[in-house]
Amino acid sequence: MRETVAKVKTTPAQILELPEERRAEAIEKGELPIVLAHEVHKWYGNFHVLRGINMEVYKGQVIVIFGPSGSGKSTFIRTINRLEEHQKGHIIVDGIELSRDVRNIEKIRVETGMVFQQFNLFPHLTVMQNITLAPIHVRKWPKEKAEEVAMQLLKRVGIPEQADKYPGQLSGGQQQRVAIARALAMQPKIMLFDEPTSALDPEMIKEVLDVMIELAESGMTMLVVTHEMGFARAVANQMYFFDEGQIVESGTPEEIFTDPKEDRTKLFLSQILH
Amino acid sequence: MMNRDQKQYSRGEVLAPPTERYTILGWLHKNLFSTWYYTLLTLFTAYLLYIILKPTLAWVLHQAQWQVIVVNMRLFMVGQYPADQLFRIWAALHLLAFTAGLAWAIWLPKERRIGLFLLLIPLALAALPFIGPTARINWVLFALVALIGWALGIWQPKKMRRPLIFLLLAYFPILILLISGIEPLLKLVKTNYWGGLLLTMLLAVVGIVVSFPLGVLLALGRQSKLPIVHLFSVLYIELIRGVPLVTILFMAQIMLPLFLPPGLKIDNVLRAMAGIIIFAAAYMAENVRGGLQAIPKGQHEAAWALGLNGFQTMLFIILPQALRNVIPVIVGQFIALFKDTSLVAIVGLLDLLGIASTVLAQPEFIGRQREVYLFIALIYWVFSYAMSYASRRLELALGVGER
Repeated sequence: MRETVAKVKTTPAQILELPEERRAEAIEKGELPIVLAHEVHKWYGNFHVLRGINMEVYKGQVIVIFGPSGSGKSTFIRTINRLEEHQKGHIIVDGIELSRDVRNIEKIRVETGMVFQQFNLFPHLTVMQNITLAPIHVRKWPKEKAEEVAMQLLKRVGIPEQADKYPGQLSGGQQQRVAIARALAMQPKIMLFDEPTSALDPEMIKEVLDVMIELAESGMTMLVVTHEMGFARAVANQMYFFDEGQIVESGTPEEIFTDPKEDRTKLFLSQILH
Repeated sequence: MMNRDQKQYSRGEVLAPPTERYTILGWLHKNLFSTWYYTLLTLFTAYLLYIILKPTLAWVLHQAQWQVIVVNMRLFMVGQYPADQLFRIWAALHLLAFTAGLAWAIWLPKERRIGLFLLLIPLALAALPFIGPTARINWVLFALVALIGWALGIWQPKKMRRPLIFLLLAYFPILILLISGIEPLLKLVKTNYWGGLLLTMLLAVVGIVVSFPLGVLLALGRQSKLPIVHLFSVLYIELIRGVPLVTILFMAQIMLPLFLPPGLKIDNVLRAMAGIIIFAAAYMAENVRGGLQAIPKGQHEAAWALGLNGFQTMLFIILPQALRNVIPVIVGQFIALFKDTSLVAIVGLLDLLGIASTVLAQPEFIGRQREVYLFIALIYWVFSYAMSYASRRLELALGVGER
């Protein structure tokens, strides 16, 4: 009988005790997780949004997080690059513990790319400027290098001809692909996707999912909040079902789809898989 | 059958919208006399206009003695600014014409008709019967220079973009240097010789230009999480906005010297400028804050998620969008300030209104209040209306409100 709720093997101390250069090596080899969440709690006022989340993600894994709205899944993924602050527990990303220390936060944000539900492209900048802004000003690349990398990424997401347009001139699917290219331009180690297809018209969902599947197959570490179960089945290594701020059940897509253990998981899956 | 009467349109068939055609009578009927109470209102309004306009026009055309304006034209325009230095003001105007022409060509290339119409204004001024030959030549030159700037912008729109931005940024310091002078190139002209429309304009321009960066800083300060900065910004903004401009002008005249080291004396005009800047900065801060708050939270988050720090996020992402959105509001504030500067007459400066009272004190023009005040009201109105019209065009061209 498998356990439905993930038990995390790694403790925060195991990572933090190691000297920094050893951490990177162990994460690279897959001995230590690249993302570790240990007993993470968060409150909005009196409302307990996250109630003891444990999760470990190893390099190259694709994690799908799903669950009803208000279950805390978006909040959780946003704690990983500190867009939301957690109030208890530990989050260690790429060997760096997230705390109030602003330098740590900025370091982690450089290593994690994020794609939002509402795309959040910068409307006053062209597609090219959207993508090259952070590499030029954060990574300090020369403009030519940044533009070269941006062009490669635009080709990879299939819209090199849109480079000089403004976001407002693109369709939703194209905007989201630009947003993915923008996040990738920083060459992050981890990509976070917060419901990337929820704001898209049905005929545009596929073009974004195709890009994400290609990215997953290229070995990117990905945490994806989504209800696209086809995507999960195709590329996820682990799935986590969130409800009421807790992980109710986790497992491989095989286990979750063919043999869900918890009633709440069964009910939710029956509602979204028609 | 349900849709027996429905005409079927074949694929690709497109109908033109129905045209509405009016005759003059039809227009009159629709807009003025469509119902009995509209008719009544129309007649009543027409009567009101008649009893107001008839004596006014009769006075303007037959009784008024416009000699007072013609004789004192230079006083109204530039006050006591030395006559042999007037070319500096013309130079500043020509530079403005060039910049405006260039900007028009680059930002509003399609609005040719309005551009031509605006070009008629200096030509109309040149054709006025009572101005001197120098002014006449200079107004023609003004139109010519604007046309040259425009042609240059149409000819090389890409290459002229950078010089245009440079001109816009440099115009303000150049203007101040031209008017006040730099020894030994240009003779110094003390501020107490500045007057009339020149002073009114300068006060408004200096007020807006200098209060702009202050306002941005205050707006950012008001949103800051640092308690001292936040508290200072809130206190400043609320304190200044709670006090009338006249009070601030009086304070600037009387209190400002207390804060300066003894021996350092600053003149009336500079004190008034300081008062206006202090006043305008608080309102500017609130305008900019409105622009900042209109930027969705997702923009901040996207910038942070890319690793930009707070300063870079502000500089590259938030401020450019926020400021673009508040340009029309800032133009509105400029127009308000342009009219508010007339309050400096109360603290003894010779702006447009101040000049009016000195002109009225001339023995040969005693009792010419109506002519003088109507004239300066007309000047205020022409400038304010032109600016608000321009700002509406600007709003359209910038696409404010669209994303």
